[in-house]
Amino acid sequence: MAGIAVSTTINGDNAEYLCHADETLLDVLRDRLGLMGVKEGCGTGDCGACSIILDDRLVCSCLVLGAEAEGRRIETVEGMAQGDKLHPLQQKFLEHAALQCGICTPGFLIAAKDLLAKNPNPTEEEIRFGLAGNLCRCTGYDKIVRAVQDAASVMRGA
Amino acid sequence: MRYVRPSSLEDAVGLLIEASGKAAVLAGGSDLLVRMKSGFIEPELIIDIKAIDALNNIVENDEGFVIGAAVPSAVLGEHAALKRAWPGVVEGANLIGSKQVQGRCTIVGNLCNASPAADSVPALVAAGAKAVIRGPTGSRTTAVETVPVGPGRTSLAPGEIIQAILLDKRQPYSGDAYQRFTPRTEMDIAVVSAAVNLTLDDQGVVASARVSLGAAAPTVLLVEEAAAILIGSRVDDSTLDRLAETCSGACRPIDDKRGTVEFRRKVAGVLAKRVALIAYQRAGQK
Repeated sequence: MAGIAVSTTINGDNAEYLCHADETLLDVLRDRLGLMGVKEGCGTGDCGACSIILDDRLVCSCLVLGAEAEGRRIETVEGMAQGDKLHPLQQKFLEHAALQCGICTPGFLIAAKDLLAKNPNPTEEEIRFGLAGNLCRCTGYDKIVRAVQDAASVMRGA
Repeated sequence: MRYVRPSSLEDAVGLLIEASGKAAVLAGGSDLLVRMKSGFIEPELIIDIKAIDALNNIVENDEGFVIGAAVPSAVLGEHAALKRAWPGVVEGANLIGSKQVQGRCTIVGNLCNASPAADSVPALVAAGAKAVIRGPTGSRTTAVETVPVGPGRTSLAPGEIIQAILLDKRQPYSGDAYQRFTPRTEMDIAVVSAAVNLTLDDQGVVASARVSLGAAAPTVLLVEEAAAILIGSRVDDSTLDRLAETCSGACRPIDDKRGTVEFRRKVAGVLAKRVALIAYQRAGQK
């Protein structure tokens, strides 16, 4: 079966791939492009581990077809650090130990990046609501919320 | 399976007919992709309608609002004029799923998925919203409540696509509201829900009203006898008590792990009271 040719932008770089009609963007990113930061948790849009930013909107890549990415802009966790310099959210997740097993972390980082882009000074409640689509079974969320608050204040000052 | 992205509604309808029942329409995909993954449906053709320009916009005109079928719920929440005119409709749409799902899900998809617990549908029904449907023989417009006919089933004929939802221009002294009961505060499915939409006269008396209930029957309920109780009142305590009793009585819910029949009946009444008060307060502010 011939694939569908897709031309898109990922973390600022042009990317082209062939995919099947029923292939999700999550599978394309991982299996065809080697971007392993997107994780498959549930595959049904409940856990947020596969979160990406698609044309400035936070979405679950498991609920997007690979073919739909034609002509669009994709941001993944791989685009957050600048060379060796971590994004403030990544730095603060480390400092606050806001992760244990790490499976949910890329999704949380991307969701938090989207949240802070739209609301640079969120309340704790806004952070908890904003990140409600990301599930973490290890941390109990408090450390994640504190890391996001701390990163937000760093980013406002920067 | 094939994937196509037509650029006109005529092409989409043509493709849908050609596939004779083996095609699925893709807008946000938050229901469709889950159903495909679970093997519940196996379409041979996916018709992505997001390249049809007119379906991606919210247009405000002299008659009200036209919300295109491909507009994600998040965009509804960012539309200041729509939120001001129809806050209940927007709060229902914004309760669907997470932030991630909000970026994709649409109110037309929510309607066509035909879940009795769909969060955006009761407020649309209370608002008197209409669906504009394009099919092989042209366009037709129907009240939103006529679209779902049972869990997972709609009244759409083969080849028909809902292209937009219409909301009337807001009259002065009008308000609407939607609430649902869920065990969690977010990312959950309504156990039962209620929406009220009303317009007051210049004395603050309810001149017209619509009341609807979600997850209380196989399809969304438009409870006309509950609206009749509100009309002519100032939404005082005795009116609210009668409203609650009528809404509880109108429910035909199921017993399941999320709630019993008795619980759903009781909470439907409680929510109807609460949303009637919020709608009344909102109407008074206009």
